[in-house]
Amino acid sequence: MDPEFFEQLAMPLFDSLYNFAHWLTGNRVDAEDLVQETYAKALKGFKSFQDGTNLRAWMFRILRNTFLTSRTGLMARNTLSFEEESEEAEVRSAQVVTPESVLLRNENQQMVLDALAAVPVHYREIILLCEVEELSYREIAEVLSLPIGTVMSRLSRARNSLRQMLAAKQSARATV
Amino acid sequence: MKNCDWDAITLAQYLDGELAPDQASRMEQHISDCPHCSAEVSVLVSMKRSLRAADRHFTPTAEFRRKIQQQVSRPQSKWNMRFVWAFAMLAVVLILSIVWLVRSRRVDTFSEVADLHVSTLASTNPVDVISTDRHTVKPWFQGRIPFSFNLPELAGTEFTLLGGRVVYLHQQPGAQLIFTVRQHKISVLIYRESAGLAGDLTDGNVERRHAFNVAAWKTQDLRFIVIGDVDVDEIRKLTQLIQIANK
Repeated sequence: MDPEFFEQLAMPLFDSLYNFAHWLTGNRVDAEDLVQETYAKALKGFKSFQDGTNLRAWMFRILRNTFLTSRTGLMARNTLSFEEESEEAEVRSAQVVTPESVLLRNENQQMVLDALAAVPVHYREIILLCEVEELSYREIAEVLSLPIGTVMSRLSRARNSLRQMLAAKQSARATV
Repeated sequence: MKNCDWDAITLAQYLDGELAPDQASRMEQHISDCPHCSAEVSVLVSMKRSLRAADRHFTPTAEFRRKIQQQVSRPQSKWNMRFVWAFAMLAVVLILSIVWLVRSRRVDTFSEVADLHVSTLASTNPVDVISTDRHTVKPWFQGRIPFSFNLPELAGTEFTLLGGRVVYLHQQPGAQLIFTVRQHKISVLIYRESAGLAGDLTDGNVERRHAFNVAAWKTQDLRFIVIGDVDVDEIRKLTQLIQIANK
């Protein structure tokens, strides 16, 4: 597409992309670097971007791939590979925490956000794409370059991981 | 613990709006019947709601926004600047050439008129129609120049008509009339008025230029220039006579 339209189309995504980048990197400096590089890459590749395809998913995908090759991204990736992507069956039966004990009595959003910041980054990103960016499974699959089945299983695992983290934080607070 | 057919993934699909309508309605039915699933849904919904706070949780600084905005809009503005510069250069060249043209024309008129007058003085036959009679001179110009003019009645004045010829000023044909007064010759040049013809000559006053006195004025469509080495008063007198004749 004509680079002239890039600004019009890409700038409205700026706040979302920054928020996502900050959640991934955990600090402002790295988030700004990541967003800046994302925009530079997107601008360069905009000619090959097809009108009518999903610009949001495209931009998030660039940001996410850029993150994976960054220093913090590489560190995060090293911690994940061995525990990831086992069979779906395992996920389907995994019901780690009893629902009653967790969120119902706790409306504290800050604790949820703390838990989100604490889960592994490959869980954090899929939760953000689903819950915050409200992307469809198909779009998430596009951003993460995964088949839809894997998106669903990873999302399920990510939610369990978040709940575990939340439960841990709650019990930690209860004992204080 | 689980006594129903629905698994965690399908439940999530339902909450994420990823189920087909018929599947979704069956799911809804099941949730209302199954305490386990309804408890699970309320946990997931509450978690979903809490997670919304993660949106816009981190906001970029205004400075960073400006930086990206600049980075993104740069190629466009670079193009614009290139055009602006090209147009600016073109405009400057155009203005300079117009100024130069106008100036060169302006400078030209007096020196051309002076040249015409001097060459007439130096010529052995300065006029093509030799007559002191205005009724002879005026008709002679008919068909030679694209306009007509009137000659003044000179009886009782110190001026004498010597004759006339066709001369060109700025590529335009016109009439040059030679008058004499006390052995001095005065040229009267008459042209059809056009933009820039007067050039550096100013209308109204008699101007002293080098060795000459020059007067210039225009009527509705004629341009008159009087040049000679006589006094300002005599130029003015002749000017008035011609002006009266061409009112």
